[in-house]
Amino acid sequence: MAKILAGMGTSHVPGVGAAMDNGKTDEPYWQPLFKGFEPLRAWHKDNVPDVNIIVFNDHATSYSLDGYSTFTIGVAEEFQPADEGWGPRKVPVVKGHPELAWHLVEQLMAEEFDMAVAGSLDVDHGLTVPLSIAYDQPDEWPAAVVPLCVNVIQHPLPTSARCLKLGQAIGRAIASFDQDISVGIWGTGGLSHQLGGERAGVVNPDFDKAFLDNLVNNPQANAALSHTDFIREAGCEGIEMIMWNVMRGALNENVKETYRFYHIPVSATAYGAIILENA
Amino acid sequence: MTARDYDDVPGTYVLDSRHYRRGYHLNMFLMTLNKAECRDEFAADEAAYLAKFKITDEQKQAVLARDYLGMLKVGANVYYAFKLVSHDKKPPQVMYGKMSDPELSFDEFQQMMIGGGRPIDGNRSKSEQKESG
Repeated sequence: MAKILAGMGTSHVPGVGAAMDNGKTDEPYWQPLFKGFEPLRAWHKDNVPDVNIIVFNDHATSYSLDGYSTFTIGVAEEFQPADEGWGPRKVPVVKGHPELAWHLVEQLMAEEFDMAVAGSLDVDHGLTVPLSIAYDQPDEWPAAVVPLCVNVIQHPLPTSARCLKLGQAIGRAIASFDQDISVGIWGTGGLSHQLGGERAGVVNPDFDKAFLDNLVNNPQANAALSHTDFIREAGCEGIEMIMWNVMRGALNENVKETYRFYHIPVSATAYGAIILENA
Repeated sequence: MTARDYDDVPGTYVLDSRHYRRGYHLNMFLMTLNKAECRDEFAADEAAYLAKFKITDEQKQAVLARDYLGMLKVGANVYYAFKLVSHDKKPPQVMYGKMSDPELSFDEFQQMMIGGGRPIDGNRSKSEQKESG
């Protein structure tokens, strides 16, 4: 039987990947962030699952106005780092886990989550930057990945509550998978940030802290937030935070917070990360 | 078009059905910049490349002038606009600064973020923004 190892939440700001790819992590601007990653990376070194389910969003890379499904699972053997407009990141190819991916699709459909299936998917910074944050710069990623892409860009979006429920169904699906493997689940994106418009650069540490606190002990409070609550309080792009609910939903009701880190700024974003283990 | 409860959030352009329809062709042009061959073709003659898309003159002028705020107003989404600032090999803070009101240079935007970011207080709604002046 498959077992959940832990959940991680992390922002996926493209600048973090660029700083690593271009050897800038020791610069004063970046140094506090990468210092903050040290305990996170130490934890990951000691806790490598067979596969991570990475909940992320595509940023007008593989999906566009011509078709962006609400929830998509990647079932391929591997996923190439995407060209997002500046050439693909020079990071390892992402190995898939088709057996677990298809099991998730089947179980989630049976629970009335109408999943889209991607047999080919180039993955952008939303997925590769969290890998870089967790695993630094290895020759190959230490664990396989099931990509789970959520539309948090093109409204109407799934509700915050729907994302928590999807996570709960994923938790049940992992428990019913017949291979004896360990599974990590990562929610990515956020925290508060607004990239576009006259209000660009808005961040909200009080909102972020409440979101993180509730993520640990009262996830229903985060699930009750409306899209407008996120847009108004956490910025138009801060709404990515609903993807952390998917991660939280897959864990037990009671969790232990193993790590938390918060830092402003990364580009125009409030960076946040958390590791939660089943209590 | 139906009003939305986030319409009173100031300086914010949500990619909803209204924005989608206004900006479809503009965003799909920007999307092509994911491909190296399209970036090359655009770089060789921007106006000629833009003529291949069903975009309005206003949209075209905003792209040529790198008027990022103007682009949002005529339907661009920031994630699609990202492709253009990347094509110009400039950091995204250049674009964020140009969208800001008042407009900020790269350094000014960067300093605002290092100083803790744009405060949420006074920026939650158009009425709150007016009160705080």
